[in-house]
Amino acid sequence: MLPLTAFLIVGALLFCIGMYAVLARRNAVAILMGVELMLNAVNINLVAFWRYLTPGTAATAEGLQVGMAGQSFAAFVFVVAAAEVAVGLAIVISVYRNRRTVIAEDVDTLRY
Amino acid sequence: MEPEFGQWLIFGLFTVFTIGGGLGTVTSRNLFHSALWLILSLFGVAGFFVLLAAPFLAAIQVLVYIGAIVVLIIFAIMLTRRLMGLREAPNSQWPYGLIGAAITFALIVLGLVLASTGESPLLVSQPLSEITGESLRDLGIALVDLNQYVLPFIVASLLLEAAMVGAIVIAREDE
Repeated sequence: MLPLTAFLIVGALLFCIGMYAVLARRNAVAILMGVELMLNAVNINLVAFWRYLTPGTAATAEGLQVGMAGQSFAAFVFVVAAAEVAVGLAIVISVYRNRRTVIAEDVDTLRY
Repeated sequence: MEPEFGQWLIFGLFTVFTIGGGLGTVTSRNLFHSALWLILSLFGVAGFFVLLAAPFLAAIQVLVYIGAIVVLIIFAIMLTRRLMGLREAPNSQWPYGLIGAAITFALIVLGLVLASTGESPLLVSQPLSEITGESLRDLGIALVDLNQYVLPFIVASLLLEAAMVGAIVIAREDE
């Protein structure tokens, strides 16, 4: 099998690529894409830890517990990502309608 | 061909998809091309889920991320149509962003290296236990089991519901 660290490094690299997109892109939609990349990197890590450290069943005080924490968390990340992108794009469209721009730096009314 | 080598080959292929797609997303000047690169990257992540024996998540990755989220992003790009052909440069602080991302990556790798000593579970190259039974069935049970994740599951459903209603309200044109 592949070492766990290989998956973690790919996850870290993807996370940093997404982080660069969030920090450096000017377009609000591109920033949202960067956030998606970061969420995916987290998902890789969650599933990799699940696969290597806690798959299968484990006996606990409440009886036989199925170790599905990693996959369940990843499923919740999917839900949050879908919600985030829906609201984010709705805001982008609303801003575009009102101000004719999607450049994040131009939407700075709250600064003044 | 040794099975070990084959696994590394598949892993490398998906790494190229994921990282290459990510780099394309970040560096492409055309927003529409960024979205297409994002599809490639998400597809690579789905491949990783298959490698990690999580086929349900891989299917969801393709259905929800590629099928819904990226399509939604492409819709948004097209609705704000002046962007379609716009060639966009990174903002003035992009070197700081690059340095920050590089430092973050270096710190994560440093943490991994420092933690990989002795009996660290990070060093495992073999899963601690094999997957027994049907993991898909176990996942379904885990999400609705009272002792496990039924409450987060319901909260997530409510969050999704609220987000969809909110998105409609925000994006709707005023009458």
